[in-house]
Amino acid sequence: MKSNGQTSSAKKVDAIPALKPVKKTTSSPAAQSHNGAEILIKTLADLGVDTIFGYPGGAVLPIYDALFDNHDLRHILIRHEQAGTHAADGYSRATGKPGVVLATSGPGGTNTVTGIATAMMDSIPLVVLTGQVPTSVIGNDAFQEADIVGITRPITKQNYLVRDVNNLESVLREAFHIATHGRPGPVLVDLPKDMLNTKARFKGTKQVDIPSFKPTIHGHQPQIAKAARMLSEAKRPLIYVGGGAILGNAWKEVTEFAERLNIPVTTTLMGLGAFPESKPQSVGMLGMHGTWYANMAMTECDVLLAVGARFDDRVTGRLNGFSQKSRKIHIDIDPSCIGKNVEVEVPIVGDVKRVIPAINKIATPPEISEWWDTIHTWKKEHPLVVPQSEDQIYPQHMVKMISEITNGNAIVVTDVGQHQMWAAQHYQYNHPRSWITSGGLGTMGFGFPAAIGAAMACPDRDVVCITGDGGFQMLTCELATAVEYKVPVKIAIMNNACLGMVRQWQQLFFDKRYSYSVFGANNPDFVKLADAYGMMGMRATNPKEMREVLEKAMAIKDAPVLMDFSVVKEENCYPMVPSGAALDEMVESDEECK
Amino acid sequence: MTKDYRHTLSVLVKHNLNTFSRIIGIFSGKGFELESVTFASEAEPGMARITITTYGDEKTVEQINKHLHNVVDVLKVTDLTHKKCIERELAIIKVSTVKAGRPEIMLIAQAFKAKVIDITVDKLALEVTGNTDKVDAMIEVLKPYGIAEMSRSGSVALKREFQGAVNIN
Repeated sequence: MKSNGQTSSAKKVDAIPALKPVKKTTSSPAAQSHNGAEILIKTLADLGVDTIFGYPGGAVLPIYDALFDNHDLRHILIRHEQAGTHAADGYSRATGKPGVVLATSGPGGTNTVTGIATAMMDSIPLVVLTGQVPTSVIGNDAFQEADIVGITRPITKQNYLVRDVNNLESVLREAFHIATHGRPGPVLVDLPKDMLNTKARFKGTKQVDIPSFKPTIHGHQPQIAKAARMLSEAKRPLIYVGGGAILGNAWKEVTEFAERLNIPVTTTLMGLGAFPESKPQSVGMLGMHGTWYANMAMTECDVLLAVGARFDDRVTGRLNGFSQKSRKIHIDIDPSCIGKNVEVEVPIVGDVKRVIPAINKIATPPEISEWWDTIHTWKKEHPLVVPQSEDQIYPQHMVKMISEITNGNAIVVTDVGQHQMWAAQHYQYNHPRSWITSGGLGTMGFGFPAAIGAAMACPDRDVVCITGDGGFQMLTCELATAVEYKVPVKIAIMNNACLGMVRQWQQLFFDKRYSYSVFGANNPDFVKLADAYGMMGMRATNPKEMREVLEKAMAIKDAPVLMDFSVVKEENCYPMVPSGAALDEMVESDEECK
Repeated sequence: MTKDYRHTLSVLVKHNLNTFSRIIGIFSGKGFELESVTFASEAEPGMARITITTYGDEKTVEQINKHLHNVVDVLKVTDLTHKKCIERELAIIKVSTVKAGRPEIMLIAQAFKAKVIDITVDKLALEVTGNTDKVDAMIEVLKPYGIAEMSRSGSVALKREFQGAVNIN
């Protein structure tokens, strides 16, 4: 297994690296007949799958029986199917390979729903395999029956109910192809129990041809030429990079391009790491909690190049106040993302990895020294603030310290809320696939299981799960998984004993009426909780202790560690673009909100 | 914002109910208008054609188009709105004959080239075919007599082979 997904072959046409070459398993595959469960396992191995996250149950017992003697596939027994989908998601985000989940029928399938929706919103390739009651009783309200194909239709790129065991193999191959090509996304395959028990032949045919599914890869050349001309002549250009640059493994191309043309680059929450923040061209993240200078650059630019981004409402703020002075170019592999929220002058449908080098070939660096002067002034006047004290841990300081101690080289995985935004702002992201967060759906509970998945995929890297006391409590059952498999994930709980972002909004926009957002003393003792699972747990209440705890934790390479950091409770996340405001109407302190 | 317009979309898909549900789901899930929809097998085995009539401005219909294209089993989407097309709808209408008597209703039917397909003591069932405007017009005319029941097929449409204009000079 490769340690991470940072190496990418230039020859690949696909947006996502192709699966590993086939391992030769048993002799002459076509001759023998196998039951559906065995065909499933053989096909997964043939597709290069090395890890699946699953949980057994009645309908999938034939698969578990086939897994019993199998040593090609690593099955990770998670403790909740939702966590399984998040773990597979984290595995995929860290490597670029599709994540694979196995769940039983009924509740097993419905538990995967939040994880599938999370992957759908962030375009993560997942293949979710669910058990189903036998075909003869489908529709009869059988025990543990749920119409999972119907339930997941709007949150999958494609889904299947296998009704003929002879199609099982080709359906699986199609599922992996669809999940990983074009704009990636989750695909579900529902497997009735009788399909798993019926015998058929394993064909081993690798070719997948779906006439109705041919994503556009190469951009339209005249549009590329127009984009290059606009950028070359721009006075105040800006490159706005989204998650598509990471999903499309195009960080190298984007970085070369921005450096050669010397154009400022802002990344979205999903795009963090696609352009190194240590480079002088970086203006950091934009959006609701973006940097002052990134949001101002977006407001003032005259040519905007959007790269694999989708103009999400958390990025644009109020639409009629969004980047009104710019002519817009938008590169995306999904045509339905273009022109959805914001009108663009030059749409380019294609793979970022192909289109950016094509623009780079013909564009010339624009003359923009004045623009750089303006940006440098903004940076100087409105930097991101990291408050510090001797006896209290400020949340920003916590992230900063983690960034320093890991040298910015860890994979950071978060939940959703204030800690997520601070982690986005104050950790310096210099590498792609090193920032894993639920951006689109904003799924609390995502962080810890996704960190387990990332750590399993990248055993050579440090994985830090920066989480909140709220999000972490949603799937604490996974402490057992982390301990069982000795996953060296470092859990850093930013513990403010409340739902920080909800509390912040209630403070600012609901007259401090903290309705059901404060846990206070009702939180568990997280260190004791870790202890109950047989995991090391440590607590810190001031920066000195925090440093000691972090250094001790990061030195442990073969086991999970939980760190409970008590942070300042009423600290708010700034800058902030209030809901309904334009990007340049951001506020930087509590006083400004009044 | 451009003006709302009625659009007829012809969608060629793989024949399976999951695909059909996905397409309907785009309209319900993303809040697009759906006036009528028909779904039936194509001449080619394993394929089906879905004809959709919808309302929206140019931008909205462009989005609908893109979302339909994104459905894996969709092979082709044709917006027939600005093309020369053959569009037909069938309606079966049961009209009361109590107020005006059979001859008057049959006269109206004749004017619309509708067929009488069922007669009872107090009702006539009429079958009419034509584009949606014609069907709408006939329903309007019949309303005052009392429409007991009605069933419309929704539009089916195809592009005309000849898309040019005839120069008569």
